[in-house]
Amino acid sequence: MDSVIEALPRYWDGFTMTLYLAVVSGILSLVLGTLLAAFRVSPLRSLRFMGTVFVEAGRNTPLTLVFIFFVFILPAAGVILPLGTTPAIIALTVYTSAFVCEAVRSGINSVGVGQAEAARAIGLGSVQTLTLVVLPQALRSVVPPLINVLIALTKNTSVAAGFAVVELTATGRGLSRDYPADVIWMLLGVAFFYLVITIPSGVLAGFIERKVVFSR
Amino acid sequence: MSTSVLYDAPGPRTRRLERIASISVAVVALGALVWLATKMAADGLFDDRWLVFVDPPKGQTASDVWTSLFKALGKTMSAAAVAAPLALVLALTLAGLRTARTRWISGPATAVIEFLRGMPVLLMMFFGLLAFGLSAYWAVVFGLALYNAAIVAEILRAGQAALPRGQVEAGTAIGLTRGQTLRLIQLPQVVRLMLPSLISQFVVLLKDTSLGFIVGYRELLRTMQLNYSFFGDEYRLPLFVAVLAIYLTVNITLSRTAVVVERRLGAGGKTKKKARNTPSGGGSPTPASKQPGVMLDE
Repeated sequence: MDSVIEALPRYWDGFTMTLYLAVVSGILSLVLGTLLAAFRVSPLRSLRFMGTVFVEAGRNTPLTLVFIFFVFILPAAGVILPLGTTPAIIALTVYTSAFVCEAVRSGINSVGVGQAEAARAIGLGSVQTLTLVVLPQALRSVVPPLINVLIALTKNTSVAAGFAVVELTATGRGLSRDYPADVIWMLLGVAFFYLVITIPSGVLAGFIERKVVFSR
Repeated sequence: MSTSVLYDAPGPRTRRLERIASISVAVVALGALVWLATKMAADGLFDDRWLVFVDPPKGQTASDVWTSLFKALGKTMSAAAVAAPLALVLALTLAGLRTARTRWISGPATAVIEFLRGMPVLLMMFFGLLAFGLSAYWAVVFGLALYNAAIVAEILRAGQAALPRGQVEAGTAIGLTRGQTLRLIQLPQVVRLMLPSLISQFVVLLKDTSLGFIVGYRELLRTMQLNYSFFGDEYRLPLFVAVLAIYLTVNITLSRTAVVVERRLGAGGKTKKKARNTPSGGGSPTPASKQPGVMLDE
């Protein structure tokens, strides 16, 4: 137990790194995922096709393989990325945006057709219908699943531990090497820091989900 | 053709414009691909490194390369095939305990589920590897089984919440005990209702076996790496493409199965599900709305 307290500064460094990865790639994948969702519902068949290919590939590829691509394969093909957080953020963003896209798309599909018809009736164009009428409503009903995607992202940042980023899980691995007598406590400490992020977020998602259900 | 809420059925003029726009976008995208391909060709990425699958260097035969990859796929599959039934059994236990009437049982069950659900799978594998001294293989199985048990327990609970109350009442009325009602009446319906989610979760589990790469289990990705460190760095790209293709084939086949199963279970079941849930309001999320959340919750 004492060694856990002794190791608190290292936990904190790992925690901030996990948080940094999660926040940066979270924001990026929200942007990219929403863009992809727009592709997938666009009237242009070629855009829809590209969106579908990206999402299907992203959802059926293991995250570790995405990491391997940006860390080991791209450099061998001549594209050198700076080591450390950059490839991790790119890999997490590419992977997560496929899931964000699916959450947003199902949100768009949950908006009643009448809303769009009303928007068309008052003369809005397709871009206006999307940005002024459909997306604001879709985004609201999409918030709980999006929070779930972001929780999954937070947990997925742990994969970066295998690729030279010292975040929480890598910290835990290092700590269990340095305190071989307290391995279970060390790893439970890591688990605690993950739960600090994931459990409140899950509660928030459930709360918003109930709110949205009531407002409908 | 699309039945989107975003725009009404286009007229002939719009359709023509859309077709032109669509084709020009496609042309631009194809142009980008061609540009990328020529650049790759200029960098010499299409040289005889791709022959590694037909006529590999260093005295190896093509069958050596393919055998190693497919043996590794077998190892990936075996970890998944052992972890999945374990997860299912554990999930049934956890979900059953969670519905227990006494708080002394349901409380800890809930806590265990929340704890397992909130942790990364990789951390759980490290628990197995570093704290319990398991071999890499069993650490992978351990992590996958525990984590997915919690997720599947949640899937089962969502399904249970979606069943009409009358099912339990009928069970009680014909004199079944709570356990019998759970086992004989609710469980078969829940499994049937949630089968698509369960299959999707199996795809997630299969994908997560790749974390064995980090833990030191010699599965598909690790084998790919061993292959290219043996043959040399220029073989990274071809081997990666092969492994990506293998994963995509296996997972997309499974995902398609989930869709087919969902369709087989019938559109009738789906509308009934929705109808059942509307009166219960905020209490129980419909499985339809729950499913994406559950699926994504990896």
